[in-house]
Amino acid sequence: MTDASNNPRHPVARNAIALGVIALLGTALLAWVNSATKPRIAEQERRQLLDQLEQVVPADRFNNAMHEDFILVSDTLAFPGGQQAQVFRARQQGVPAAVAMKFYAIDGYNGRIDLIVGILADGQVSGVRVLQHRETPGLGDGIELRRSDWILSFNGRSLDNTAAEDWTVQRDGGDFDQFTGATITPRAVVRAVHRALEYFEENQEALFSRPSEFAASEEAER
Amino acid sequence: MSANYRDIMADGIWRQNTGLVVLLGLCPLLAVSNTVINALGLGLATLLVLVVTNTAVSLSRPMLRPEVRIPAYVLIIASAVTVVELLMRAWTHDLYQTLGIFIPLIVTNCAIIGRAEAFAARNRPLPALADGFAVGLGFTIALLALGAVRELAGYGTLLRDAELLFGPVAAGWQITVAPVDWEFLLAILPPGAFIALGCLVAARNWFDARRQAAADQAKLDMQPATEPS
Ligand SMILES: Cc1cc2nc3c(=O)[nH]c(=O)nc-3n(C[C@H](O)[C@H](O)[C@H](O)COP(=O)(O)O)c2cc1C
Repeated sequence: MTDASNNPRHPVARNAIALGVIALLGTALLAWVNSATKPRIAEQERRQLLDQLEQVVPADRFNNAMHEDFILVSDTLAFPGGQQAQVFRARQQGVPAAVAMKFYAIDGYNGRIDLIVGILADGQVSGVRVLQHRETPGLGDGIELRRSDWILSFNGRSLDNTAAEDWTVQRDGGDFDQFTGATITPRAVVRAVHRALEYFEENQEALFSRPSEFAASEEAER
Repeated sequence: MSANYRDIMADGIWRQNTGLVVLLGLCPLLAVSNTVINALGLGLATLLVLVVTNTAVSLSRPMLRPEVRIPAYVLIIASAVTVVELLMRAWTHDLYQTLGIFIPLIVTNCAIIGRAEAFAARNRPLPALADGFAVGLGFTIALLALGAVRELAGYGTLLRDAELLFGPVAAGWQITVAPVDWEFLLAILPPGAFIALGCLVAARNWFDARRQAAADQAKLDMQPATEPS
């Protein structure tokens, strides 16, 4: 009456049970570690985001919870490669003061260069930082602040004080230094920042008026 | 029994060193050894994974028949790596981001499944744990040596970016031995990893050969009368 494979001593059944037990134990362990580390990981990520925002928008310019006031935008010209740029809004007593945009340049020497760009409401760049990149150490990594202060040459720039044709490296007749033996990396960063500035100028009002997507993203986390 | 543990340690750290003798797990070894701190971070993560997986594999021995052992090891290794990844994201977030993809890729380090199969599956939990520790330590030492050579040659420093692993207190730990602005790209880029590894393997073999020669000589000296040659 018994099918052989229903017999717990049958090899197939034994194997299935053994794998099942290991999978179950592994999953239980992961679930436990995940829930135990989740608050701390979220806190680390929040701290990191605050740190990034603080580097590109001066803290005395705003008094809202900027890191919770953001929207996602897409624009094939300004933010190519099918990406969504994240735009954080800084407000002083509710009045638009600045934005910080997180997006990436797609044309680095080794692909993506993740950037955060702070732009004051009057269109001036208040800071740019590279968040992540895979450019060649010693050649392209001068875009990092800990390697050189090249990235600070964006401070104070705007579409008004720097003409469109100057938004590139000196080799192409622009205003920005290249590095010795590395033109591709800085060119990619300069052009990406320029496109973001133009996007900001054209869409400033809409950028500040759309409702924040923070609540929705919190919801999705759960 | 105690000699047994001594053998386990000597094999893992020197005689059968994963990185320098068995040459397993070369992908992370070559990719993440450009600075001492990166090497140390990945080495410690791998060590932790090895200790956990070896112990778990040994404990699961009574349950496992040979035909399902490999899927079972894969489950165990994947769980252990994910746990280490979560812990690193929570406690050493900056280092986690620097090492990036190489933490999840510990799963594919064949040294780990290799130890599960070659040692943990045939031994009791305590020796298996010791073996995981010894092999992990050997891998960490190989990584560290490679990282030190490449960082010294490439940047002229040691312990740069120590704060990624040890927090803000370590910000001043960097030791600079070369003139400022020293940079030797070859050492930092992937070809430098191959060249430096080749030199390290050669140095280890040379050292072993010399020790072997000295031991042989000593043996000869002990019995000169019986067998003159
Ligand atoms: C191995 C290797 C890595 C390189 N990495 C970069 C890089 O990360 N960023 C960059 O702009 N150029 C890099 N270059 C140089 C580019 O190929 C290119 O020659 C340079 O950007 C052009 O600069 P130039 O017009 O000033 O000569 C690299 C070249 C080699 C051979």
